[in-house]
Amino acid sequence: MDINFRGGGEKKMTQNKYVKEEQMAYANLLDIGMKIGLAALVITFIIYLLGLLPNQIPINELPNLWKLRAHEFIEKTGLPTGWGWFKNINKGDYLNYIPIAFLGGLTILCYIRILPIFIKKKDTIYTVLTLLEILVLVLAAIGIFKVGH
Amino acid sequence: MKNCKKKVLWLIFSVIFILGLIYSLSFAGEVVKTTDPSSSLPWWFWPLALFIFTFILGILAVLAGVGGGVLFVPLVSSFFPFHIDFVRGAGLFVALTGALAAGPGLLRQGFADLRLSIPMALIASTCAIIGALVGLKLPSNIVQILLGITIIFIVIIMATAKKAEFPEVKEPDALSQALHISGIFYDPSIGKDVEWKIHRTPIGLGLFMLIGIIAGLFGLGAGWANVPVLNLILGAPIKVAVATSKFLLAITDTSAAWVYLNSGAVLPMIVVPGVIGIMLGSIVGVRILAITKPKIVKWIVILVLGFAGLRALLKGLGIWT
Repeated sequence: MDINFRGGGEKKMTQNKYVKEEQMAYANLLDIGMKIGLAALVITFIIYLLGLLPNQIPINELPNLWKLRAHEFIEKTGLPTGWGWFKNINKGDYLNYIPIAFLGGLTILCYIRILPIFIKKKDTIYTVLTLLEILVLVLAAIGIFKVGH
Repeated sequence: MKNCKKKVLWLIFSVIFILGLIYSLSFAGEVVKTTDPSSSLPWWFWPLALFIFTFILGILAVLAGVGGGVLFVPLVSSFFPFHIDFVRGAGLFVALTGALAAGPGLLRQGFADLRLSIPMALIASTCAIIGALVGLKLPSNIVQILLGITIIFIVIIMATAKKAEFPEVKEPDALSQALHISGIFYDPSIGKDVEWKIHRTPIGLGLFMLIGIIAGLFGLGAGWANVPVLNLILGAPIKVAVATSKFLLAITDTSAAWVYLNSGAVLPMIVVPGVIGIMLGSIVGVRILAITKPKIVKWIVILVLGFAGLRALLKGLGIWT
């Protein structure tokens, strides 16, 4: 396909007058969240690279570990899965999971933002669809669906 | 004269890119062999190489009109020493962040449509979880074989897919009417408002099940499949299809990304250089695109992707390890 659309770094386009309220609300929250998430991703990675905080896995050990399967990696390092990283956010490497999880959760926040708009509009079908999507993403996020361990 | 100058510039640019890419790939291949515990390479070599590599990928993706997510997994898994589990985990975040960054602009301009996205995303994101769970369970060589076959299929789609600027939808189907999926957007290229509606919604929903599974299984962005389904099957105008596809990726890949994250298959040392490299490359790519758009880049990307697909297939079959 030969058409490109880029949001980031592009000149601000004028808003389409036909865009609905829920779509604008979604876009506005996504815009703010994305900027926060990306900034945090860069900052925490710099902290990690500069060694400003101690790391759970010595950084020079990584080349021996990243060639393993994910479950082998977990077995060898004894690191937690799921939200286990949250207990160790004082470590430089684990700190990076905060913006990663935030970016992963941003869509859920956007869906929560538009839910009351659909309810207010008495749009039953889209209220249900939005609720179902929130449910699916929350179930995925809390770690019900994971492999091994 | 001006046109000729542009062509020469692009020829030089393309040659540099091809040489750079071939050099980096062959160099990557050489170092893979030495990546064992006794390797003398410092730890930062591969993340730095990944950053440079994804920066180039970001530029190429924009110029070729493809998503960076679909290039990331086959190319990085072929030429970097990271296990494909971590590459798929990173690939999902690469596709996800690209889609999240593009989302606000696309939604505000009305090219991406939320009402069209929500039902498709629900199906695709649910199936992406299934794909991710299966993908993390399958033996690595099977994943490589399936990835190789899928990438070769994607290459064929990219090379042959048609597009329809404004597909004719005579009668919207009952489901799309019930869901009120239709819209109007201002198309600056023709200087007027365009009304659109869709048909064949149940078929589209069925195809999004498959798209979701593939996205989760391989950690791929799925624009290559979303766009033809939205444009050619459902009948959305190409601009709406491309923009909605990009926006949809953010939702589809979110669910699969969580499965990879919760299963320990997401390493910041791979994710962050990949995400930042592709994003910076995309920004540079957009600036280059504003000057001119070389068709040749699309074909270079298709060729490189085809090569990576073949490599994945042969790697999985144990022929080219």
